[in-house]
Amino acid sequence: MTKVKSLADLRKMKEELQNKVNLREKGDNVEKLIQIKVGMGTSGIASGAKEIFNFFIEELEKRNIEAVVTQTGDMGYNFAEPTVEVTVPGKDPIVFGNVTIQKADKIIECYIKNGELVEGILPENYDKIDNK
Amino acid sequence: MKDISLHILDVANNSISAGASLIEIEVDHQPQNGTLTITIRDNGKGMSAETLAKVTDPFYTTRTTRKVGLGLPLIKQNAEQTGGNLSIHSEEGKGTILTVLFNCSHIDCPPIGNIAEIMTILITGNPKIDFLYTHKIGNAEFKIQSQEIKEILRDVPINSPQIVKFIKEMLEENIEEINNCNSNQ
Repeated sequence: MTKVKSLADLRKMKEELQNKVNLREKGDNVEKLIQIKVGMGTSGIASGAKEIFNFFIEELEKRNIEAVVTQTGDMGYNFAEPTVEVTVPGKDPIVFGNVTIQKADKIIECYIKNGELVEGILPENYDKIDNK
Repeated sequence: MKDISLHILDVANNSISAGASLIEIEVDHQPQNGTLTITIRDNGKGMSAETLAKVTDPFYTTRTTRKVGLGLPLIKQNAEQTGGNLSIHSEEGKGTILTVLFNCSHIDCPPIGNIAEIMTILITGNPKIDFLYTHKIGNAEFKIQSQEIKEILRDVPINSPQIVKFIKEMLEENIEEINNCNSNQ
């Protein structure tokens, strides 16, 4: 039987990680990283937010994009779950609604990588005239 | 909700909004008795007796943006349709304890789901909160506290992709391990 991973393995892995070049300094510069928040209120979870969360975690690592993925509560867009808020450093946060795996892929490829808002991605909190 | 693990994520989010710094989650699966007990205990702000009486009412919510609050009513319904139950104790300023019992041999019992994944989301998605997670199957037990993980990591952020992946695999393997020792008995 293979050995089950334990905290001792984590210790080893941490040392290896620390030796890697691109390690961030003490997590102080979180503001400089892309932040992705997945809305995980009741309606978010029921609409599949967990799958979207896992997709971001896996794909960002595969595509070598440094980002922090966290979960958050309900964002108030229950009509458009699952919702994802993406904050690119230096830009206003944008909320994407009705996120599917395909849409999450587009968010990474078009918005995160190139800063383009393409069709199929609608920022739900886009400033409207009547908000001002 | 498709499975019990999603309910755990949903209810744990209530503890997070209650400002808890420590959230204890226990999953106790006793296959011989056909029971699955979930206990979630937090040290958040708690609820008044008045609020507590209304929490399982789907048309009650503390939110002001909408009029329904379905998290607790849904898990209550799922537990009750297996012949189980849900109980909540809460004290203002001290915290809340939620206990849900499922009869997992009942045909209406939802699958347990991937709890390792849920715990990984909670632990890595909320680095400031300490989670104590206990999973029991029969007599076998697995326990982990997110504080222990953070002590080992020190300056390496707990939400680094490699760490997230590691934690998920570690939880999955340990849960499977206790599951195996139970079926070998």
